[in-house]
Amino acid sequence: MTHHAVSAPGHRGLHAWLTSDSPTSRLQARCVQVYLGWLGLARNPLAMLGLGIVVVLVLAAIFAPLLAPADPIAQDLTRRLQPPGAPGFVLGSDELGRDILSRLLYGARVTLYVVALVVVTAPVFGLIIGTVAGYAGGWVDTVLMRFTDVFLAFPRLVLALAFVAALGPGIGNAVLAIALTSWPPYARIARAETLTIRNSDFIAAIRLQGASPLRIVIGHVMPLCISSVIVRVTLDMAGIILTAAGLGFLGLGAQPPLPEWGAMISTGRQFILDQWWVATVPGLAIFTVSLGFNLLGDGLRDALDPRSGR
Amino acid sequence: MSLTGTTSGGRRAWLSSRSGILKGGRLLVSLAVTMLGLLLITFLIGRVMPIDPVLAVVGERATKEVYEATRAAMGLDDPLYIQFWNYITEVLRGDFGMSLLTSRPVIEDIARVFPATLELATVATFLGVAIGVPAGVVAAVNQGRWPDHLVRLLGLFGYSMPVFWLGLMGLLVFYGKLDWVAGPGRLDVFFEDVVPQVTGVILIDSLLAGDTEVFANALSHIVLPASVLGYYSLAYVSRMTRSFMLEQLAQEYVTTARVKGLSEARVIWRHALGNVMVPLITVIALSYANLLEGSVLTEIVFAWPGIGFYITNALLAADMSAVLGGTVVVGIVFIGLNLLSDVLYRFVDPRAR
Repeated sequence: MTHHAVSAPGHRGLHAWLTSDSPTSRLQARCVQVYLGWLGLARNPLAMLGLGIVVVLVLAAIFAPLLAPADPIAQDLTRRLQPPGAPGFVLGSDELGRDILSRLLYGARVTLYVVALVVVTAPVFGLIIGTVAGYAGGWVDTVLMRFTDVFLAFPRLVLALAFVAALGPGIGNAVLAIALTSWPPYARIARAETLTIRNSDFIAAIRLQGASPLRIVIGHVMPLCISSVIVRVTLDMAGIILTAAGLGFLGLGAQPPLPEWGAMISTGRQFILDQWWVATVPGLAIFTVSLGFNLLGDGLRDALDPRSGR
Repeated sequence: MSLTGTTSGGRRAWLSSRSGILKGGRLLVSLAVTMLGLLLITFLIGRVMPIDPVLAVVGERATKEVYEATRAAMGLDDPLYIQFWNYITEVLRGDFGMSLLTSRPVIEDIARVFPATLELATVATFLGVAIGVPAGVVAAVNQGRWPDHLVRLLGLFGYSMPVFWLGLMGLLVFYGKLDWVAGPGRLDVFFEDVVPQVTGVILIDSLLAGDTEVFANALSHIVLPASVLGYYSLAYVSRMTRSFMLEQLAQEYVTTARVKGLSEARVIWRHALGNVMVPLITVIALSYANLLEGSVLTEIVFAWPGIGFYITNALLAADMSAVLGGTVVVGIVFIGLNLLSDVLYRFVDPRAR
């Protein structure tokens, strides 16, 4: 990546500060790195489209009460299964006369909730397992990686099904099941990264200064693994959304009357031949959001990870 | 050359290399550990479930003495490691307990439903490979032009679409509106149990019986779910084919082949694709394994009486033996397919031996 301007310190403003090739502080170095990554991402129109979709999802979730024309769980049995465009129902109504658009908007909250919870648990757990295994080596590595392989050897949805069966249906348990089945790839990635940096000089220098293994792993190994893990997380988000929707569709995720997109498709299934919109609309929402995360993930991978260039 | 001659010759070649034995041994050990881990997980899931298995047997109104006696008789008072040991030996004997839902041994149920899943996943993989490989090749040859973008877009859609929703949309359009294909299920009610069950795979059984009507009906039922499932296989296979092909097309032997005057079609489809076939076998085996997972949701949408349908129904009826038995079987098949892809790769690619 080339630098756009040779920085003349002081008077070129923010842009110069952000593209400096001789940063004067740690903060500046980090900011330059992020900014250059952002420039790489911004050049990719598909990635920006993905980012746009994700931003819309977040905004819809935050402002759902303001945007939604109706209460997502208010029923009106006299006006069941109204087609899209019927007065008062932009996207139609479902089998209990609830406004589908409002349920869609509130459903964005459920989707984000699931994604956010999985994203703050599974990668962290995987990161810890992977870096510890990679740094410690020996039997610790063998045991931890065997453990990881066992989880990898399962089809994800089936394992999640079995977990939910044991824990009972519900959105919390669905999140737990998804998190329990999605951490192994992160452990694999973190371990691979750790192996490449474990024997480098700067780690040896830190070790000579007397840093404890814990300090080395947390302070010096993990930060270097984070960017590959982030890329993988973004690429996995679509998978997380699809699995959560699948569990919801099977009736094992979010329970009624919570407006979850997968569960909405499940109820719409009974009316699929005559009132097609009840199942179609939430499916389109899932598809759009997954597509957004996939586009963004692809873009991030291209921008942050030059090795995996296509 | 006689058949026995080739196999023993092959085995000798395999055994003659020390690293072959080592790798084979390591593979077996890792397989055993993975299986053990699989059983440990299903065992623990069975233990933490909120349903009390004793209560299910003795009923709500049993006295404390009866409850305790039954509990002891069921072996639930033993230490966990003994219970785990018992569980392993039972599973190895093929004993997954009785299904509450069907009142039959779980293993019999699974043997009955598994061919349906196998049939669906096989036809789906076949479709995915038959379209995905050429699509990937065309994309790689036209890198950066519209065919490439089209294939990439198709793949991206596949990665983003919920399989159960795509199935519903397929039913809506091709069954509901256009009436091109038959609806949910494996056969029309009218055709059920017409042909004798030999393999459990209706497409094969009907051909064996020579009943073309049943075959046509079964085909019309399987086309839609297999296409839906096959689309996911296509997304994966085409993407991998494309990147393998790009790698090959950049190699020098491709230039050599062109320089010596071979036609472009021969260079691409014979020379480059020939070398791609090796890693592609791994990809196809993996995608076959992944279809097992996709088939759970597809089977629900199409009321396809396979293992996913079975597990889900058992789950909704809190039939834990059936759920865990099904999970173990799916897990074993999944591990088996992964192993198969690994072994195939080693056999086909001399460099990996």
